[in-house]
Amino acid sequence: MQRIPELFARMTGDEKHEWAAASTIDVLWVLYDKVLNVTPATADDPDRDRFLLSKGHGPMAYYAVLAEKGFLDESILDDWTSWDSPLGQHPDRVLVRGAEISSGSLGHGLPIAVGTAIGQRIGGSRGRTFVLVGDGELDEGSNHEAIAVAARLHVANLTAIVVDNQSAMYGWPGGIARRFAVEGWQTTEVDGRDHEALLIALTAPHDRPHAVVAKIEKSH
Amino acid sequence: MTTMRQAFVKTVNDEIATDPRIAVVTAVISSNEFPQEHERVVDVGIREQTMVGVASGLALTGLRPVVHSYAPFLVERPYEQIKLDIGHQDVGAVFVSIGASYDDPVWGRTHQSPGDVALFDTLPGWTVHVPGHPDEVTLLLRQALKDDNRVYVRLSLHENSRAHPVGRGFTALRHGKRGVVLAVGPMLDRVLEAVDSENADVTVLYAATVRPFDSDGLRAAVQDTDHADVMVVEPYLEGTSSHLVSETLQQIPHRIRCTGVKRHAELRNYGTAEDHDAAHDLDVVGLASAVRSFFRG
Repeated sequence: MQRIPELFARMTGDEKHEWAAASTIDVLWVLYDKVLNVTPATADDPDRDRFLLSKGHGPMAYYAVLAEKGFLDESILDDWTSWDSPLGQHPDRVLVRGAEISSGSLGHGLPIAVGTAIGQRIGGSRGRTFVLVGDGELDEGSNHEAIAVAARLHVANLTAIVVDNQSAMYGWPGGIARRFAVEGWQTTEVDGRDHEALLIALTAPHDRPHAVVAKIEKSH
Repeated sequence: MTTMRQAFVKTVNDEIATDPRIAVVTAVISSNEFPQEHERVVDVGIREQTMVGVASGLALTGLRPVVHSYAPFLVERPYEQIKLDIGHQDVGAVFVSIGASYDDPVWGRTHQSPGDVALFDTLPGWTVHVPGHPDEVTLLLRQALKDDNRVYVRLSLHENSRAHPVGRGFTALRHGKRGVVLAVGPMLDRVLEAVDSENADVTVLYAATVRPFDSDGLRAAVQDTDHADVMVVEPYLEGTSSHLVSETLQQIPHRIRCTGVKRHAELRNYGTAEDHDAAHDLDVVGLASAVRSFFRG
């Protein structure tokens, strides 16, 4: 994690603390450092774990982690978003090795994740699917279609991480976890900055889809 | 008699039993036609956005998803999912619709999809089949299930009296010197009847596949006539293929007459498909009139 600020600065300039404000950085780090069974060498292995970044806005944290873990050459961070850079403000799976999906439009990752998890099951794969969504992104109705379907179809190899920085326009009265729980998901609420707690939540056994709500202080 | 829909169901069920790549994703409509206990058959309830998203995920894991619903719910409602979850992810799938432009007009506007092919036409890389006979459905679908590309198959209750060759560009069914009529899918029989009734000396091309557009076939047919006059008869929005006809003939002074479902107004009428054909001049009378006026002189 020590090199993340430096990698971040290659994209954002000299802002010393911008990386720390990224709501997804801690979740991404714990996933790629400790949880996901995937490396650059196994990026096409059918048995790999798949991580789908649904909330594709602000992908610097994602690119920094992919660079630190060797999926992409860190030198390409310097001119990201330029004409022939593979790195845009929203990730493109065709251009970025290790990016499982192209994202940017909200509400697409969770339905796709239900599909990859079912596909892994059909293929007899040991792989699991993890998908990261934002609390604001949950406004999109497509997520709620997928939340219902995932539990009904017993997609147990699926984990949805909701990074909750209270950015939903009208909020989620009663909390986000309840919306998953009522549909039959296992749910865990955790401090989204606490690596130890995130690791425990993201590796907790579950026999049904698991929603991990990672709470982050509201960003300003 | 077998309908196009029955031919589709039978072909998919035959192939799913033998090809481990094939999966089926539905949103209730037609789900009872597929073996629900099969692990590669997924019904998501009445959730079309998730239907397409799940198909994308299955394709990302190497499967060949067949995605099916009534045309407006397959194409129009989850249009952005088709654009992003299939196209932008660069995966393949086979989309199969029923209902066409107005197969069941008593259900009204909500169940009509004259714009489906035009919508796919905004997206790169899609093959679009508009078969005119159940036997054509079987052939086109078998091939689509083997491939990895993005395919839309538009089924209809309307069909021609017999099947014609498919899969190799436009097929010339008669030859003339006054111009060319391109008849798409179920429009063929009535086009032939209209041409006969007018004694029009025209070439009639049949297309069960409109994307990719067989530009070479059209250009060759036009070059064998004395007039570069092309009439296109499509069972969906009029003019959907006009830009490709223009592009095909850009080096030749030419005339184009496009017929199809009219764009100018939403018809708030129920009735039968035949009533709607008449309202859009897509019946034999309307087509004969168009042939007469366009190929005059």
